[in-house]
Amino acid sequence: MTALLEVEDLRVAYGKIEAVKGISFTVESGQVVTLIGTNGAGKTTTLRTLSGLLKPSSGKITFDGKPLTGVAAHKIVALGLAHSPEGRHLFPRLTIEENLQLGAFLRKDKDGIEKDIQRVYELFPILGERRKQASGTLSGGEQQMLAMGRALMSRPKLLMLDEPSMGLSPIMMKKIMETIRELREQGTTILLVEQNAQAALTLADHAHVMEIGRIALSGTGQHLLHDESVRKAYLGED
Amino acid sequence: MSELPQQLANGLILGAMYGLIAIGYTMVYGIVQLINFAHGEIFMVGGFGALSVYLALPTGTSLALALPVMLLGGIAVSVLVGIAAERFAYRPLRGAPRLAPLITAIGLSIALQQAIWKWYPDGKQARVFPQFKGRALDILGATVQRGDLFVLIAAPLCMIALGFFVARTRSGRAMQATAQDPDTAKLMGINTDRIIVLAFAIGAAFAGVAAVAYGLRTGEVQFRMGFIMGLKAFTAAVLGGIGNIYGAMLGGVVLGIAEALATAYVEDIPGMQQFGGGAWKDVWAFVLLILVLLLRPQGLLGERVADRA
Ligand SMILES: Nc1ncnc2c1ncn2[C@@H]1O[C@H](COP(=O)(O)OP(=O)(O)OP(=O)(O)O)[C@@H](O)[C@H]1O
Ligand SMILES: [Mg+2]
Repeated sequence: MTALLEVEDLRVAYGKIEAVKGISFTVESGQVVTLIGTNGAGKTTTLRTLSGLLKPSSGKITFDGKPLTGVAAHKIVALGLAHSPEGRHLFPRLTIEENLQLGAFLRKDKDGIEKDIQRVYELFPILGERRKQASGTLSGGEQQMLAMGRALMSRPKLLMLDEPSMGLSPIMMKKIMETIRELREQGTTILLVEQNAQAALTLADHAHVMEIGRIALSGTGQHLLHDESVRKAYLGED
Repeated sequence: MSELPQQLANGLILGAMYGLIAIGYTMVYGIVQLINFAHGEIFMVGGFGALSVYLALPTGTSLALALPVMLLGGIAVSVLVGIAAERFAYRPLRGAPRLAPLITAIGLSIALQQAIWKWYPDGKQARVFPQFKGRALDILGATVQRGDLFVLIAAPLCMIALGFFVARTRSGRAMQATAQDPDTAKLMGINTDRIIVLAFAIGAAFAGVAAVAYGLRTGEVQFRMGFIMGLKAFTAAVLGGIGNIYGAMLGGVVLGIAEALATAYVEDIPGMQQFGGGAWKDVWAFVLLILVLLLRPQGLLGERVADRA
């Protein structure tokens, strides 16, 4: 079986500074794969390149059998790749419902869209109660739920989440992680970038540790969870 | 000294024209944070477009019949020039330092003025624009020329159409999204390049409508007319809160009325006689701008900068 996403020797630079220095990994259908690593390791850069917002300097990205390199960002979501960006990036002056509708911008099936909006409201009831509220006025946790919901609205084959737990209270973080688990059980494939290594590794089928632009270590989530160097560097043990 | 209703009517007519042009500044700025300083000339060429259509019609065609086609002609020329400016002058400079598109805009303005000056038949002089015949109308105590009815009807219609477009259509929603967060708009599948072209096109179309209004009011079009009208409309856009379409129209009307009132009444203020009359009206317009910027930097309807995405 070929992987849903294949990244081969990907390099990305900002001007002269190379932020991603030749990484390779795959994501199989139905898996949760996580990228963890310190600040500035290149995780966000990797996701932004996958969704076409940044152009790689070299390397190959294959998604669902098609090459992604050189495809314009606005065409990539149509192929089934959705990206919930770091820092949420909602459309602040639009309402919750309008944000969700934009997540389904390319879909034409009105009834299906309405059903999926209801599904997001079931997943996150608070969003349903506030559907007419401008998203810029939501709390951080609510914004994160909406960002995830919006990414789901395109019915992606692969959902990329960049630090969904950033800045959230422990309770909110738990809720978000539970949701990711739920989504996986429903068969959504997820590429998860997280600072919270403990939570991410617990969830992940596969995990990669990034260090200054390279993948330093790979393995199953469980494996890395028990790896001594990972425990020292990312799980705060000594 | 003139009567108040008359001055309000004059201000409203002028202000509606400013507002229509201001839409172009504000929409483009709202989406790409670029001040299209060639917009005044996009307005100007629309006037010549409309005039050309009129001259191409059989002599003796009544203006009422000609007006719809002239309007289409004016809009078409403005939109074509606006789209070409975006495509060939501004798009290659996206991501360049802000000074680059500004200088380009000035160059483009001069080029468009000179093109009319050199190539439009008798373009070196003011060209006569057709006028509605018949007596002026009396509306609520003000005398309104028949030609001025055009802008009084067109401006609200344009605003209603634009408001509907932005709030209710798919492209309008995509435009809002692009204005608020362009990268994330791409992640939704929105072709933001297309949205930018659309913003230029709508702004240019409104400028084309304003150019016809200008021709009908002043009875002429000339290659320099875009400069001061563009500057006033830009002032109106800032006054209303740049980026806000309703602010642009409100800013235009406020500016137009302020100018009319200043022209008529400043000379009655003891000690201010020498600052009254038409010669000082531009000064008062910019005094108003400075006051608003001091007291309310975001403009009348603008969001505070911190609210912007
Ligand atoms: N727009 C940019 N211009 C220049 N350099 C950048 C830009 N964005 C990121 N970088 C640099 O690229 C490197 C990787 O950044 P990136 O945001 O991908 O890291 P990250 O792994 O997502 O970090 P974090 O966990 O803090 O979000 C960093 O050194 C960063 O300073
Ligand atoms: Mg990051």
